[in-house]
Amino acid sequence: MKSSWNDPDGGFHPASAPDFLPRRELEQLQLGRLRSVVGLAHERVPLFRQRMDERKLGPASIRGLPDLAQLPFTVKADLRDTYPFGLFATPMSQVVRLHASSGTTGKPIVVAYTEEDVQVWSSVMVRSFAACGISRGDIIQNAYGYGLFTGGLGAHYGAEALGATVIPISGGNTERQLMVLADFGVTAICCTPSYFIHLIERAKEAKIGFGKLRVGVFGAEPWSDSMREFIQSETGIRAHDIYGLSEIIGPGVGIECVHRRGLHIFEDHFYPEIIDPETCQVLPDGSEGELVLTTLSKQAMPMIRYRTRDITSIDPEPCPCGRTLRRIRRIGRRSDDMFIIRGVNVFPSQVETALLAVEGTLPHYQIVLTREKGLDEMEVQVEVTPQVFSDEIRGLQTLQEKLGRSIEHVLGIRVKVTLVAPRTLARSEGKAKRVQDKRKV
Amino acid sequence: MKIRQLSLFLENRPGQLRVPCKILGDAGIDVLTMSLADTQQFGILRLVVKDSEAAKKALEAQGVVVNLTELLAVDVPDRPGGLASVLEGFEKAGLSVEYMYPFARGPRATLLFRVEDPERAEKALSQHGVQLVPAAELLARTAAR
Repeated sequence: MKSSWNDPDGGFHPASAPDFLPRRELEQLQLGRLRSVVGLAHERVPLFRQRMDERKLGPASIRGLPDLAQLPFTVKADLRDTYPFGLFATPMSQVVRLHASSGTTGKPIVVAYTEEDVQVWSSVMVRSFAACGISRGDIIQNAYGYGLFTGGLGAHYGAEALGATVIPISGGNTERQLMVLADFGVTAICCTPSYFIHLIERAKEAKIGFGKLRVGVFGAEPWSDSMREFIQSETGIRAHDIYGLSEIIGPGVGIECVHRRGLHIFEDHFYPEIIDPETCQVLPDGSEGELVLTTLSKQAMPMIRYRTRDITSIDPEPCPCGRTLRRIRRIGRRSDDMFIIRGVNVFPSQVETALLAVEGTLPHYQIVLTREKGLDEMEVQVEVTPQVFSDEIRGLQTLQEKLGRSIEHVLGIRVKVTLVAPRTLARSEGKAKRVQDKRKV
Repeated sequence: MKIRQLSLFLENRPGQLRVPCKILGDAGIDVLTMSLADTQQFGILRLVVKDSEAAKKALEAQGVVVNLTELLAVDVPDRPGGLASVLEGFEKAGLSVEYMYPFARGPRATLLFRVEDPERAEKALSQHGVQLVPAAELLARTAAR
């Protein structure tokens, strides 16, 4: 046991005990849990059973952790194809919560939690906060969006279970955020890193300080060390990266401890593998590849070898914090064309669906992502075709509005639509380069 | 009777207006009059040229988006209230004028009108005693100079 569980900057909490398990004990725990989750998936989820049966695999095939590599992968399309509840392993009477995130066709993907799952989720969030040096006595401003998005409620439950004071302010309304932050003596904040940079800019304009703010827990979109340096030098806080995805549980899959040399994965609940995205072979620790996660304890919706499309590597070296949990390097890029804007997952194919709905045929288009004053902006440039060209300004403005509304309808976020002349957008030989990410990450 | 007009889509940034002008120049097409409508993001260039078919072909070959529309040409009496009397003709028929611009060449004050229903507008104006200038005459006037 650690002697300093409640030392605010020690990063320990009673719930953090599994963070420090000797590797051998951890691996035994993982193997036991892996066998039961594979059993549950095989018994209760037709898709998993069918895929395992086809390969003559089953729960009995798992004799050691490396045997997991024989099992088939699960991809985002599987969630879409079984929409809404096809991958649930428990009857709805056992499900206490549903969340949803954007999918590739306008239909969201739905994820479920039993009471026990919610508790596990809270516990990994408690451990995340603790690893950031947040404890009882801290006042946490939770500026992640509350709702179907897992960020808000995930952080909320964790903050309460930690014993901290949580302010469920949700996203948006920058003036109020800054007022609450200063007036309530907030010591920790959770939001997307780009939104926090926006808060910094606005605070500067309004000549407001950050008061007692000490720690920031930032996630739900990729960010960089230069953004961290900017945040820390501007505000004097310590900025932590948190990792998670709805398909696995939400935020709380991994966290940077105070040393911030990669994100510790809560391996007692989430089993990480790195694969070559082309050959799908498992790569050894240290190699860069796609992160694949298997849930070890989820009941309502177990995930077997879920391909996250996030590119990273696993660092098995011991961390000065003493956690035995392996770390992943910060996520810098993805193996597909999905991008994240304001916490929303966007596939170019969704934008295509929206453009098609208005124009009937797909025009040439390009998505340009920029970051201004810390806020991410998405612009869709659409080439004007003779079919949609109107001789009147009003007609073109109507077209522009229709396209904007159609995209907003599919993505749930407002974007800027710009009409551009034909043949002005770059054509490529092979796969069209649809996204220009000019955000400095 | 009606005048053929070319409408072109332009982005609102430097150099965009020169592109179609150069294409028409290279094709030897004489521009008779033009008007530019713009917003912060884009503009529509409206042109009346001698050979609209050839102009359309030349522009489209270079990837410019072109629309052909029809305008009504009216000689507006060059005296106070002259335009008002012409507009009365549209108003009586319940027709709205989308836009209008002057025909820059010729001895008279000639205006080009774009309306939602050119057929109906033509009848309404003649009933109102307003004479339309046929396309051939408009062209002839430019040649005479």
